[in-house]
Amino acid sequence: MNAEAWKIVLFTMQIAALSTVLILPLGIATAWLLTRPGWRGKALVETCAMLPLFLPPVATGLILLALFGRRGPLGAWLERAFGIEFVFTWRAVVLACAVMSFPLLVRAAQSAFQEVNPRLEHIARTLGASEWRVFFTISLPLALRGIIAGAVLAFARALGEFGATAVVAGMIPGKTMTISLAIYQNIQLGHDDAAWPLLAVSIGIVFLTVFCGQILSRRQSAR
Amino acid sequence: MNLRLQNIRLRVGTFALEIDAAFDHPITGIFGPSGAGKTSLLDLIAGLRQPDAGAIVLENEVLFDANNGCDLPPRFRRIGYVPQDLALFPHLSVRGNLRYGQRRVSAKNGAFTLEHVAEAMEISPLLERNVTNLSGGEQQRVAFARALLSSPRLLLLDEPMSSLDLKLKTRLIVLLHRIREEFRVPLLYVTHDAQELRTLCDEVCVLEKGRLVGRGSPAVILDRDR
Repeated sequence: MNAEAWKIVLFTMQIAALSTVLILPLGIATAWLLTRPGWRGKALVETCAMLPLFLPPVATGLILLALFGRRGPLGAWLERAFGIEFVFTWRAVVLACAVMSFPLLVRAAQSAFQEVNPRLEHIARTLGASEWRVFFTISLPLALRGIIAGAVLAFARALGEFGATAVVAGMIPGKTMTISLAIYQNIQLGHDDAAWPLLAVSIGIVFLTVFCGQILSRRQSAR
Repeated sequence: MNLRLQNIRLRVGTFALEIDAAFDHPITGIFGPSGAGKTSLLDLIAGLRQPDAGAIVLENEVLFDANNGCDLPPRFRRIGYVPQDLALFPHLSVRGNLRYGQRRVSAKNGAFTLEHVAEAMEISPLLERNVTNLSGGEQQRVAFARALLSSPRLLLLDEPMSSLDLKLKTRLIVLLHRIREEFRVPLLYVTHDAQELRTLCDEVCVLEKGRLVGRGSPAVILDRDR
């Protein structure tokens, strides 16, 4: 594999890591909220959070393009207010990866929060704990194993993200080219020899990620 | 204990809990069969559930009043609660569990320091252990100690000895007497074991199908039910 291909690998990993870190706070908060009973609009929020999982990735990319393009409501505002351009930049790759992997994190974290015995949270309250303290000292630590598993899934999903990224970020060498996009482009151009090593590296990274995730979550559960 | 439950009503499906009573004795036992509403009653007092109607007053402080929308959150009620499953925090050590509920006021009150409560509940050698590695009796004592360290005005115990053998029960009854005499915390003690009530309680209230159907000294109530 040449230096250019390694750069693509490094860029993809950085993007996947950044998008995973960025969705963690919102993903955990959403998952926690979805496990709380008795509030209106819960089904709506859950459906919206899960949409990217079921929509065609290209359609998600198109929605992001409409929202974050220079003429889109969010894109225009970001450019006007902060001078930030989104589409066809590395930020668009992060955005696409974040949106596409968000439901996986939420789903895993939601299951993890649901497994926390509500009695423990109740008793923590009788011991004088505020809602914040209950969350950070009881709910979150006990759900951590599932959250780690969700983050690993999200990272792995971001590594392989293709459809939405292609639409909203394009395939610009040295700027927005990820492993998936590079494999696709190489195949399109008939450079199969260049695609195979990228595929092998991609499999290796995903395997290591999921493997490490398993070990981390086992250690957490053994505590 | 000065606890008043004024026309409390809670409806869950076809079950209805309706209670109008005052509790004044240091240790009051709530006696009744499964499904009588004993745990629901404790949950209402602790603030973990809200009654549909009525008021709950502890030491002249209104904890809940449906008429004026008053509902003091559990964390401000200062009511210790040891549920049937103990609800020890599995990710924390014994010390971590004890510290969790330790209120600042405890430090001022010598009786409620961690060391003293741990010694009283005979768990000092267990402080660094993980709670999941303790025996049933040890877990029970940790749960009592944790609730005590929150300096409660009232301690609710929900069938705390249901899973223990006779030897451990006898040992725990001694500790519960110690809680009463040394820490001066009134207890509301839920059980369906008549022997526990005889040895522990000053008064027994009989709960059946969500209603108090009798109350009096353990001897009178339990002999009557024989």
